[in-house]
Amino acid sequence: MGLMGRMSQWFDDRLQLGKPLKATLAHPVPRQTASWAYVFGSAALTVFGLQVVTGILLGLLYVPSAGEAWNSLQAINHQVSAGWFIRALHGWGSNFMLAIVLIHMAQVFLFGAYKFPRELTWILGVFLLLMTLGMAFTGQVLRFDQDAYWGLGIGASISSRVPVIGPVLVKLLLGGPIIAGATLSRFFALHVFVIPGLLIAFVALHLILVLKLGINEWPMPGRIVRRSTYLAEYHELTKRDGIPFVPSAVWKDILFSGFVLLAIAACAVVLGPFGPGGQPDPTIIQTAPHPDFFFWWLYALLSYLPPAAETPVLLIGPAIGLLVLLALPFFAGEGEKSWKRRPIAVLAVLLAAVALGSLTSLGAYTPWSPKMDAWSGEPIPDRLLTGRSALERHGALVLQAKQCRNCHVLEGTGGQRGPALDGVAVRLTRDQLIRQVVQGGGNMPAYGKNLSPAETTALVAFLETLRPAGQAPARDASRAVIAGTTP
Amino acid sequence: MSSSEGTTRRGLFVKAGLLLNGIAGALLAVPVLRYLLSPVARARKPGYLSWVSLGRVDQFPAGETRLATYRNPVVTPSDGETANTSCWVRNVDGERFQVFSINCAHLGCPVRWFPQSNLFMCPCHGGAYYADGSRASGPPERGLFEQRYKIEDGALFVEAGELPTPGTLVTLNVRRRPWA
Repeated sequence: MGLMGRMSQWFDDRLQLGKPLKATLAHPVPRQTASWAYVFGSAALTVFGLQVVTGILLGLLYVPSAGEAWNSLQAINHQVSAGWFIRALHGWGSNFMLAIVLIHMAQVFLFGAYKFPRELTWILGVFLLLMTLGMAFTGQVLRFDQDAYWGLGIGASISSRVPVIGPVLVKLLLGGPIIAGATLSRFFALHVFVIPGLLIAFVALHLILVLKLGINEWPMPGRIVRRSTYLAEYHELTKRDGIPFVPSAVWKDILFSGFVLLAIAACAVVLGPFGPGGQPDPTIIQTAPHPDFFFWWLYALLSYLPPAAETPVLLIGPAIGLLVLLALPFFAGEGEKSWKRRPIAVLAVLLAAVALGSLTSLGAYTPWSPKMDAWSGEPIPDRLLTGRSALERHGALVLQAKQCRNCHVLEGTGGQRGPALDGVAVRLTRDQLIRQVVQGGGNMPAYGKNLSPAETTALVAFLETLRPAGQAPARDASRAVIAGTTP
Repeated sequence: MSSSEGTTRRGLFVKAGLLLNGIAGALLAVPVLRYLLSPVARARKPGYLSWVSLGRVDQFPAGETRLATYRNPVVTPSDGETANTSCWVRNVDGERFQVFSINCAHLGCPVRWFPQSNLFMCPCHGGAYYADGSRASGPPERGLFEQRYKIEDGALFVEAGELPTPGTLVTLNVRRRPWA
C-alpha cells in the first residue's frame, strides 16, 4: 500500500465514509436512464457550483452600498486582473442556470417523474425554480445601474397593487420610502445569504430524495404507475436490468457538465460581462429601462395586457401557476408516465414554450416602447418628400416636430408603438385622418389642443400622400352616392 | 423503577429547558420584528414627508414645464446619488403650479416631457399623458402622480419623501384632470 493509500485508509478509519459513499455511487439505476435526457439535473448542480465560486470571488471586491456599488463594479471590470471575466462567468452562468433548470423541469414533467413516489422531489424542485428566479432578480439589482434602479421601481409598483398590504410591502421591499441605500443592502443580503442558504438546503434535500427513491425509470407506454405496486416493480426493474450509476451512467453527466462549463466560458470570453449600464442616478431621466433576458416575457406581458386586466393577472396569475405546479403530483400522481400517452402534457409544455419564447423574443425589440429620439434622430426618407407641395412638406415637418415618429414607423424607422404610416392613406380617408389626429383614440393621444388648424391641415395633407405606388387612396363611398355619380 | 422516575424528572428538565428557550425566543423576537418592520414604522415618524425647496419660482416660466431635482428629505450615508429625485414642474399661468412625480403611474419608469407635442411619454410601455398630467393613452390607468406644492418667499417647495406607486394613493394628493 502506497503513501496515498495509507493516508486515505487513516482518514477512512476515522470518518468511515468510504463504504457508504461507494455504495451510493455504485447504486443500481435502470439501464435506460443512462441517457442524454437525464443530464440536466446534474448540469444545473454544476452551474450552481460555478455561481457559488464566482459569487464568492465577486464578493471579495463588490461594495454593497448604493453610493459605491456601481464604482466597485467598474473597478472589477477595468482595474482587476480577469475581473471582467469573473463577472462575465457569473452573469452567463446565471442565464445558463435558468435555461438548464427550465429544460430539466420540462424533461422531468414529460417523463412523468413527478408521479408517486417522487411527489416531494418535484415540489422541492418547484421551490428551487422560484429561488433561481429570485437569484436572477436580486442579482440584476446588485448590478446597481439604471436598469437595476428602475427595475426596482417596477417591482415596487407591482407590489403596491396588492390589496390592503400593498404600501407596506413596498416599504419592506425597498427598506424605506424610496429606492436607496437600504434597498441595495437588503437585496445583497437576499442574494448572498438568504436565498443561497435556502438553495443549498433544498438542493441537498432534492438530491437525497433522488438517491432514496431512485432515479425515475425510462417511461414505457402502457406501464402504469400504481401506488400499491410501483415500489416493488421499480425494485425488480433495477435488480433485473440495473447498472451501477458510477461509472455506467455518470459519464454522460460529467461530459455534459463539462460542455456546459465550456459553453459558459465561451460566452463569457466572446460576449463579455453584463454592464453595468448607466449610473443609478434617478435625475438622469434620458434612459429606457430594460430588464434582463429572463424577465423579457414579463416585460412583454405587461405591455400587451389590457390595463384593467393587469393587476388581477399579475397578482392572481403567479399564485394559480404555483398552485397548479405544486398540486400536480397529487392530482396526477398515478397512471401513464410516457409522453406518448399524455398528449395534454405535451401540449402544455409546447404551449408554455411557445408563449414564453414569443413573449421573450418580443421583449428583445420592445415594439411597444416609443422610440424617444426618433423625432429628432430619424429624418423622413427623401423619397417621401420629392415632388411634394409646400403644404405637404410643411406637414412632414409637423409630423417630425410633434414627435409622431416616436410611435410611428416610416419606411422601417421610428417607434413601433402605433401602426406604421407607410400606406396610411390607403386605410384612412382625409376626414378619418383629421379625426384620428385631433381626437386620438385606439391608444393614441388626442392632438387637438397641441396642433393649430393650419398644422393639422398640413399634417393631414402629408399623410394623404403616404400610399404605395399604384394603390388608390381610401375613399368615402357615401360621397359618391350623395353626389349621384355611382354607377 | 428508579430509572423511570429519573426519566420523568429529566423529561421535566427537558420541558423546562424548552420553555426557557421559548421565553428567550419570544423576548428576542420583539426587537427582531421591530428591526425588520422599521421601514414601515418610519412612515409614522415626523419628517417622513417634508417640504423640499426646488429653488426660485422664477426658474419656472409661466406656461412651461421644466425638470427639477431635489434630494430626498430622509437620507442615509450610503444612499449616494440614489437619494436624488426628479420631478416635472408645470407653471400653469404664472400663479398656479403643478408638480408631477417623475415616475409613470403604470410601473414607475421616468416619464419625459415633450414641449413640442405637449405630452409626457414613458419609455417603458408607452404610457402618454397630457400637459396637465391626465392620462392620454397607453397602459397607465390614471394620470401622473401629483405632489403638493407651496410658495414661500419666492421659492417653490414640494412635499416629498416617498416613491409614488399605484398603491400609495392614500398618502399622495391625487387629482384627476384638475384644469380640464
